[in-house]
Amino acid sequence: MTMTLTSGRAGFLPARTMRRIRGVAGFLTAIVTTYLGLLAVTFFIGRVVPVDPVLAILGDRASPAAMARVREELGLNLPLWQQFFIYLRQVLAGDLGTSVLTTNPVTTDIVHVFPATLELATFGTLIGTILGVPLGVLAAVKRGSLVDQGIRLVGLAGYSIPIFWLALLGLLLFYAKLSWVAFPGRIDIVYEYDFTPITGLFLLDALLQGKWDVAWDVFRHIVLPASLLGYFSLAYISRMTRSFMLNELGQEYVVAARAKGLSEPRIIWRHALRNAAVPLVTVIALSYAGLLEGSVLTETVFSWPGIGLYITNSLQNADMNGVLGGTLVIGSVFIALNLMSDLLYRTLDPRTRAK
Amino acid sequence: MTKHPRNELLALAAGVSLAVLMAGAPALATTPKDTLVEAFAIDDIISLDPAESFELSAAEVISNTYDQLVRLDLNDTTKVVGDLAESWTVSPDGLTFTFKLKPGLVFASGNPITAEDMAWSFERMVKLDKSPAFLIEQLGLTGDNVTEKAKAVDSTTFTLTLDKPYAPSFVLNVMAASPVSAVDKKLVMPHAKAVTPTSDYKYDTDFGNGWLKTNYAGSGAFTLKIWKANEAVVLERNDKYFGAKAKLARVIFRHMKESAGQRLALEAGDIDVARNLEPGDLAAVTKNEALVTDSAAKGTVYYISLDQKNPILAKPEVREAFKYLVDYDAVGKQLLKGVGEIHQAFLPKGQLGALDENPFKLDVAKAKELLAKAGLPDGFSVTMDVRSTQPVSGVAESFQQTAALAGVKIDIIPGDGKQVLTKYRARKHDIYIGQWGSDYWDPNSNAQTFASNPDNSDQTKSKTLAWRNAWDIPALTAKTEAALLEKDSAKRAQIYQDLQKSVMAEGPFINVWQQIEVAGVSAKLKGFKLGPTFDSNFLAPISKD
Repeated sequence: MTMTLTSGRAGFLPARTMRRIRGVAGFLTAIVTTYLGLLAVTFFIGRVVPVDPVLAILGDRASPAAMARVREELGLNLPLWQQFFIYLRQVLAGDLGTSVLTTNPVTTDIVHVFPATLELATFGTLIGTILGVPLGVLAAVKRGSLVDQGIRLVGLAGYSIPIFWLALLGLLLFYAKLSWVAFPGRIDIVYEYDFTPITGLFLLDALLQGKWDVAWDVFRHIVLPASLLGYFSLAYISRMTRSFMLNELGQEYVVAARAKGLSEPRIIWRHALRNAAVPLVTVIALSYAGLLEGSVLTETVFSWPGIGLYITNSLQNADMNGVLGGTLVIGSVFIALNLMSDLLYRTLDPRTRAK
Repeated sequence: MTKHPRNELLALAAGVSLAVLMAGAPALATTPKDTLVEAFAIDDIISLDPAESFELSAAEVISNTYDQLVRLDLNDTTKVVGDLAESWTVSPDGLTFTFKLKPGLVFASGNPITAEDMAWSFERMVKLDKSPAFLIEQLGLTGDNVTEKAKAVDSTTFTLTLDKPYAPSFVLNVMAASPVSAVDKKLVMPHAKAVTPTSDYKYDTDFGNGWLKTNYAGSGAFTLKIWKANEAVVLERNDKYFGAKAKLARVIFRHMKESAGQRLALEAGDIDVARNLEPGDLAAVTKNEALVTDSAAKGTVYYISLDQKNPILAKPEVREAFKYLVDYDAVGKQLLKGVGEIHQAFLPKGQLGALDENPFKLDVAKAKELLAKAGLPDGFSVTMDVRSTQPVSGVAESFQQTAALAGVKIDIIPGDGKQVLTKYRARKHDIYIGQWGSDYWDPNSNAQTFASNPDNSDQTKSKTLAWRNAWDIPALTAKTEAALLEKDSAKRAQIYQDLQKSVMAEGPFINVWQQIEVAGVSAKLKGFKLGPTFDSNFLAPISKD
């Protein structure tokens, strides 16, 4: 799903304008096609699975008459393509339907659950990036040394240990034994019903309202799950940083810089990392998008009411409106992050900037 | 970013250790003194309107926030006692029940509870026709006659007229179910939404259903304060409650799905009660001195069933053989471990007429002999649909192994709950393992599904468990119907005992166990007791040290 906005080299004005227009049109077509494809695939998978959605609404004991009535209300008696067009029309009108599980409009639900995931994923990505990039650079610089081996071990462990197991272990140690962190959920029940969030990002809300005790409590709740997600993305980011850096360190300009007598830290951090940063941005953006999808297992273990849990719950209950709405949001996140990393490319890599 | 990497790492390490030190080690968490916090998987709640909600955790919320005319007698669950009703009489022809309300009753809103509210609650339940509507529809109420048959004679007298002289024990047991609650008409009606009548829904109002899904209009010991789907339910004490007032001011059900997480939070003191403990975590809680456990057998029975559309499974000897191919002892000791007990009759213990005998045990030789008699001395192959939850899938695997000893090769098809159920309801399975929870605390609920199949055709209106397994039983169906009209409770109990024995001997059901609900509880709590049904886990008597 990578889309590139970058146009080629500058030319004459009319041709450039034409290319711009063509570029924007191509970009818009790509977005529309992506959305349409996303909707169609999710919709048809949702309808093909051998689960009766009426069961989810009425349960196992309802009368056949009631079942038939609900089937009709949901439009399930119509041909599949017709159902799809009705759904498409609703979505275009900004209506994602009503969730069977929560009885709320899906949009309301998503506005409610998405900030929980956003907060967690942002925190996690920050941790993963701040630790992962330096570790990756270090591993590349000290290639083959014990440090490199150590970092590889940490990375491999982060990537291969099941996260729910690590989560339970973390809870056992930091919550049950040491009482350093708080659990379960996003906030202690003492605050939960006196604290009115504005943005839904609890940490930000508490700080904005100057409620320091609430902010501290929220921090104690988020730090463990965010660290776990951070560790998970650290593993990936550090491995990728290492390989990008190795690639850069082998380049001639590094040799030239050394010959010129530049200090090693300057070569590594200023020159090599700067060039490695270009592909690294995509890696970090994709890992961020991955976390924004909602880490179902982490959310389950920590009772974190995020979007991953919401979609899984909807799926298990054959609540297709919830699944479709959630998938749409995640698709949008991917598209937006791709777009953003493309834009960042232009800032980081002068070659991609149109003159 | 020009610093030397080593310096940066050092700074980082220092920062991390500082943060860790600052976090310190606070004292063991406690929940507020006037608040009960229960960790409970509440993601099954889809509505808190009593006329609509019929899920297990919702039933617990409704029964603590609403009142019914009568309630189960917790000391003898084959009987009921008055709740809102002070007394009741049955007309000599057995068709009319007259309930007299207790004097001076009020809803939490302050509005008086009148017979008119009761009549309206019946009306909206039948006309809305949501999942629990069948409860009172089986007494002969329909959308067309409900205002005639369920009505207020004066402000404290409510009468209910039936279409047949049903056994009074049956009628009263149905009335004790949590959906048959008194709803505050004066409070709800201003929130009712106008709807355009259609051929399916003939009424021009939604009876406030849209509003009441997430709001509250009851009279119970607690009021519903907040319901956030998949997150929490918050209840607050109702100071206008007519009975013994709740000891705690607030109850919070916090949605937690994971057994291990519930146990950790319970041990740390962040919750007072853990409601979804799996056997391993339950064992750990039992060993902890600061915690106690409580358990109660519930009205859910688990069974393995054989589709009679499959010609092999339809042979009587094969049906019987399977009953000797479950290792009941091992299942009880090693798989259920406290969350269930072996129970081979279709009525759960505690219901009128429930049979408490387990005649079958693992006997491979006997099963082989029966299979040989059926012309299958070398066994056969068959599939089994199993939902991927414990202990169900564990029991299915155990059954697979023991059946193999008699040459029966079972292919397990694992699936998600709704998926397996969809297939089962379409009669496309061979062997199924599942559970049945009584809809109301009366033997008819289970008898009607295990021992009754009024129409075995594919277009039937009544998809009972007997129907789902294509077990065509006109004689037992008639007997189940007759039991419903038996006025003498002792005679009625006898009919159900006979029905259970018939199903045990000939039926396509291998009843294996009855569910036991367990809870891990902080030792600081007093008065926590799980009731015999999902709508009798009462919160009002609970207090804290």
